[in-house]
This record gives sequence, structure tokens and C-alpha cells, in this order.
Amino acid sequence: MGGLRTAGDLVARAQMGKKLKIEDAKKYVTKKLGIDLETMTDECAMKELREKLDIGSALSTVGHSKGIAAKARIATLCDFEIDCVKKFFEKTKPSGASSTSE
Amino acid sequence: MRVGSGRLIKMTKEQIKDDIQSGANEAAEKAHISELSGSDVDQITEIMTEPTLTVGLEPGREIVLTTDGSYMKYGGIARYAGVPMSKEQALWTSERVLGFDTMDLGTTDYSIKPVKSIIVDEAVEVENCQLLSIVPLLYGAMPNLGIYYQSLGGKWPSPVDLLKKGKVAEAKETQVNAAEDLTTDITYVARVMHQAGADGINLDTTGAAGDAEFYATLQGVENVVKETGMAVEVGMSGEMIQGMHMELNYNGKRLAGLWVHEQGKLVAQAGASIFGPTVNTRLGKSFPWNVGYSVTLVKKCVEETPIPIHVNMGMGVCGIPMVETVPVECASRAAKAMVTVANVDGI
Repeated sequence: MGGLRTAGDLVARAQMGKKLKIEDAKKYVTKKLGIDLETMTDECAMKELREKLDIGSALSTVGHSKGIAAKARIATLCDFEIDCVKKFFEKTKPSGASSTSE
Repeated sequence: MRVGSGRLIKMTKEQIKDDIQSGANEAAEKAHISELSGSDVDQITEIMTEPTLTVGLEPGREIVLTTDGSYMKYGGIARYAGVPMSKEQALWTSERVLGFDTMDLGTTDYSIKPVKSIIVDEAVEVENCQLLSIVPLLYGAMPNLGIYYQSLGGKWPSPVDLLKKGKVAEAKETQVNAAEDLTTDITYVARVMHQAGADGINLDTTGAAGDAEFYATLQGVENVVKETGMAVEVGMSGEMIQGMHMELNYNGKRLAGLWVHEQGKLVAQAGASIFGPTVNTRLGKSFPWNVGYSVTLVKKCVEETPIPIHVNMGMGVCGIPMVETVPVECASRAAKAMVTVANVDGI
């Protein structure tokens, strides 16, 4: 689908996490992003939207969310359970230090 | 056109259509499923005879790509590109330059069993990648039951050696023992990758050692989903489960002899999120024949499986000729047929 150039990563997460077939997965993501299908697969429109939502894009623009920060925003925006994001937030709590670091 | 071995041949439009129909008929007869409709055959014929080198989809029909061994295609591995780049670099190149929807990590061997001795190193790579990547990241490995047998350095007597001596009961017993070990290993590897933050597990080339391997994988999927809640993708090794044991069942269904549409239902019952059917390319048949054969089987699988279907489409499977440098005109035509006629959810 174009991954970060469009919304391929988000549709993939809808399939993996919610077991949605392709049409339902696309509908789920378009609803969450408030866009239509045509926009979701348009690289130009999606670059602007992804930057506006700050959910990461194919370009590493200075100041925009990347990596785990972008995924944290995706988890909230699309209501996805992203395990590494949950673990990251657990680790950043004062009580989140690993047992071997005590 | 080409044949399944990749060799170029000349075919008329009528010959192409006849071969698609012939492949579709053979698939329907073998798997006891309905044949492709006349309009389906016409549609594949049109795809085959489009004048451009590559063909594409209508806007809006895009599908998701998941991968197996994706990082390997770039890196310093002799059978692939051999570019001196790390797995992390391969992942980020795929994500940001090539626009992949997902990626996976794994070992060079790409089997579950060898992961155990280096699992901490593998898990750290997953952790590192998850910090700086955005697309879903799976950890991939083949169940590969064959390496649990003594003939390939494993612990259990080889069922093939036992069968050669007429020891049928012992051959069955050794497969069950090996399958139990494999289930334990799938569960262990998935547990550690879950702790490292992987988005899912991709069990690829499942069933290569027959029904016992499929049995162990289904049990493993059940364990992984119950214990971690992680997404699991199960890709297959062939269109029919080989009966090496013959009497293993899952949810009351005998596994030996199951075709792709029946495999998918069991994978969904086990709790997997994505099923990857595979149909083996016949080297002596034409590319149109192989596509007709594959699309017939996969279309039925899509209709009967409640989870997304990501069909395996690479060298030697689902119509693609058995060559490592896959001809682009074949890859794009087979993929278009799978999306527009079989209605797959991904590749």
C-alpha cells in the first residue's frame, strides 16, 4: 500500500491487531483519520496529513515524531494496542527500572 | 509468456486462455472446490495479455504487504544481495525508502530452533528496531520440524528412516515427540519476542515436514495468542498438507491432505491474525496455467477463511516461475490476478 508514504502501516496494524479483511481494515483507518479512501492512497495528501497528525512519514523531517514517538501517537489516534509503546511508557515511569538496575 | 521454470515461450491469446482454464479445472478437481467462472478466466486472460511489461491495479484496490526474511534480501547473506548492511539498516531502508507496509526480523537460518541459543541477541535487535521504526515489525521463523530429527542433527529418530524399516508406529511416535518440542520452542521464542516488543510472529513455510509440523504450529499459535495476545501470521509451504503421520487432528479435523481453504480455517481457529496460503508452481506448465491453478485455490481460501489472507507470492509459488530473479512481468500479473480475481487481503 506504500507504507509510510500513504497509510499502509496503519492498514497493516488494523489487519494484524483486529483481524480485519482489507476493505474493513481500510474503512477502519479512513474513519479514524477522518479521510476517504482516495486520500488514504494519495502520497501527496498523506504526506501532508501524516505531518499534520505527526504520526511519522517517509521523510525524516526535523522536529517531527519518529520511531516510538510516532507509534505512540498512532496508537492513540487509531486505537491500536502497540506493545512496544506500552512497554516504552512503562519504562519511562520512575517505577519502571528493570530489576537488574537496582 | 514463460513456463514455470522461467523459460520464455510464445503463446497465442487462445492458448493462454485454454491454459488458464486447464489450470483452474485441475485445481478444482484436486481440491474438490468450484471452478473459476468464465468471467474470472476472461479477467485473468486480459491481465496476461495486457501489452505493457508490468501491470497494475485500479486506485483503491491496493493491498498490504507482509514479509518473510525481508531483512535477508539486502544483507550479507550469500544467497541474497550480500550488501554489508545490518538488519536495522535493512529495516529502515525498507520502511523509509521503499515504502514497505511491514517488516520482519529473524535469523539467517530463519528456523525457530536455532533462534533459542541466540535469542537474547535477537530480542535486543527487535528492541533497537522498535525504538526507531514505525511500521509493524514481526519476528519471523520457519517451524521447520525436519531439523528436530537425527537425520538433520536433531534429537528424535527420523520418521523416514523408521518408515523404510517398516516401523510405522515408531515413525508416528517420533513425529509426535518432535512436534511437542517444536510447539514448546515456538511458544518460547514468541514469549521472548513479545517481551522485546515485537508486533507479531510470522511462522513461515509451515507444513514443510508434513502434518506433524502443521499440528505443532497450530498448537504453538494457540499458546502464543493465549499467552501474549500477539498477532500471528502463518504462511504455508505448499497447497496440500503431506500426510507423514496421517492420523493427527486439530479441532476434530484430520490434517493430512488438507487443501489451502481448509488449512486457513484451522489457522483462524487457532487464533492467528493472518493466513498465507501457498500453491507450488509446476515447472513444466506455462505461467498462465500456474496462475489459473493458484487463483482457483486461493479464491476459495479467501471466501472460507475469516481472517485476512496474505498469499505467498515469490519464487516458485502461486504462479511465479521458479527463478530467484523473478521476472517483473510475471510478478505483477500474478499479483494482479490474486487481488482482482481471488480478492486477497495482502501479499
